[in-house]
Amino acid sequence: MGNDRTTDVATNPAPRARADGTAGVPEQGTSLWGDALYRLRRNRLARFGLAFSILVTVVSFIGPYCTPYSYDATDLVYGAQSPSPEHWCGTDTLGRDVLTRILYGGRISLTVGFLATAVSLVIGVLYGAVSGYLGGKLDAVMMRAVDILYALPFTVFVILLTVAFGQDLRLLFLAIGAVSWLTMARIVRGQVLFVRRQEYVEAAVALGLGTPRIILRHVIPNVLGPVIVYATLTVPAVMLLEAALSFLGLGVQPPMSSWGVLIKEGAEKMDIYPWLLIWPAAVFSLTLFSLNFLGDGLRDALDPQGARD
Amino acid sequence: MLLDVDNLRTYFHSRHGTVRAVDGVSFSLGAGETLGVVGESGCGKSVMCMSLLGLIPQPPGRIESGRARFGGVDLLACSASELRAVRGCRISMVFQDPMTSLNPYLRVSTQVVEPLLYHKGLSQPAALEQAIAALDAVGIPDAARRIHAYPYEFSGGMRQRVMIAMALVTRPEILIADEPTTALDVTVQAQILERVRTMQRELGTAMILVTHDLGVVAGVCDRILVMYAGRIVESGTVRAVFGTPAHPYTAALQKSIPALHRKGDPLYTIGGQPPDLRREIAGCAFAERCEFAVECCQRPVELRPLTAEHWTACTRRLAGDITLPGAGTTSR
Repeated sequence: MGNDRTTDVATNPAPRARADGTAGVPEQGTSLWGDALYRLRRNRLARFGLAFSILVTVVSFIGPYCTPYSYDATDLVYGAQSPSPEHWCGTDTLGRDVLTRILYGGRISLTVGFLATAVSLVIGVLYGAVSGYLGGKLDAVMMRAVDILYALPFTVFVILLTVAFGQDLRLLFLAIGAVSWLTMARIVRGQVLFVRRQEYVEAAVALGLGTPRIILRHVIPNVLGPVIVYATLTVPAVMLLEAALSFLGLGVQPPMSSWGVLIKEGAEKMDIYPWLLIWPAAVFSLTLFSLNFLGDGLRDALDPQGARD
Repeated sequence: MLLDVDNLRTYFHSRHGTVRAVDGVSFSLGAGETLGVVGESGCGKSVMCMSLLGLIPQPPGRIESGRARFGGVDLLACSASELRAVRGCRISMVFQDPMTSLNPYLRVSTQVVEPLLYHKGLSQPAALEQAIAALDAVGIPDAARRIHAYPYEFSGGMRQRVMIAMALVTRPEILIADEPTTALDVTVQAQILERVRTMQRELGTAMILVTHDLGVVAGVCDRILVMYAGRIVESGTVRAVFGTPAHPYTAALQKSIPALHRKGDPLYTIGGQPPDLRREIAGCAFAERCEFAVECCQRPVELRPLTAEHWTACTRRLAGDITLPGAGTTSR
């Protein structure tokens, strides 16, 4: 990676005498991460994706404090109003402000998405790296454990959990977190199998470094590219999962809202009060789109050989 | 002696049989000495070096027997933590390909400083200062600024200098250089070897130099081990081994150097292939390619002294049956 940018320091020792002759060359070379960031910034869709994701996140977390309504305040007099200056996205059949509920739901949906991804990132990367780097019998045992967890049908798993422990938002986090790290562990292990055969890892062993240090400093940074891409794509996948569970009535329970709950409620009444479905669905789809754009952009940025240009 | 290796055997147990990559190698290395290890590809040179530092992947590899005494510890039998304390601190290694031996995601400074932080317990600023001095010593211009660059910003020759600086920064007692200049072009090769020699003299480091370039050995080393099929077939001072080779294999290797041929003559090659190391070889491993081979070469051979500083594993030469042409007689 990056060999095409090799600069021979022997022939250009002075910082300002580089071949391209540009003035103000940075004193320190850019890292491969810096390069990737540069390529990401040039990708318009990815930039849009990043901006929109940040916007939605910020608005969802701050928004509910700014709207004059509470997410569960019912007002039967104003039940099921179409969008108006008072209620920008209208109200639902119980007179609750849809905009407030979308923002509030976004909080839960995004929290589920990011939290589950963070869990899968930490567990998956460590598990996969240890399994792949140490190899042998340990690797076989660890990966068979992953296979077994994989074999659990997710919906049945969640239903069992809710039956056993009752409806609880924390259970939802737990269930999604427990499932989403599996693929991450497999991806990381595959990458590590390749990286650990690289000479710089062997050189690190020859330097006398301990195994934890080698895994953390030399192996993991070299597998982070695909990991970041996969993590970015995990966020929307998990949000979709949460929406699906909520839609089935297994996830977030009313009066709490999440995008899945709102879409479910909207879908029940879409022929009479279409705005109940249109607004949450639009926000949800746009968010998923932008996260996916961001993920695609990151993949192109981190893998310059695979990029089209 | 600084390092004393006795009867080292490293075998690889594969599905297709046991490969005897290193088969009973004994040698010793004195402080500050430079030992050259030469031989064809696949004759066990690298495996021998890796075995000393415990870098053989196990399985499939296994060290079947042997001792390597280094300052009171047996490198082949000591615990993992004892070995880690030796690796990169008292014995360092430089690998063949500088393009792949540096971690592409870490700055050079991070990597050169690492052994100092880890082994010597230095503080970051002190270690950085020493690292810059080390890069300076291997001939990297503007080291204080360059050290913060990433590996991709260095050319192959410069990266190999970085690797050497990294290996020598802890002032090890032994440097194992596994074909350090094979991947570099000829002009850079000479510069780098010269730097290594200078540093070696300054620090008093002993070196094991693995190479298949006989010219490099002649220029740099004090003593030579000639390896064939996982065994040492000849050892001695550079002068003795090159002046009067005492094993047909060494003589044949010498004859294969293109520079020693008259222009226009067909180049000399050793006929046949190195033996399959999965097969048990009872007698002299070189016998089937040797022009002097007779029946007695099928009997077990061992390395025996010809003179105090010149050992050979050729039975016929030991018996005085044959005389081999030295470097002096093959040149024009």
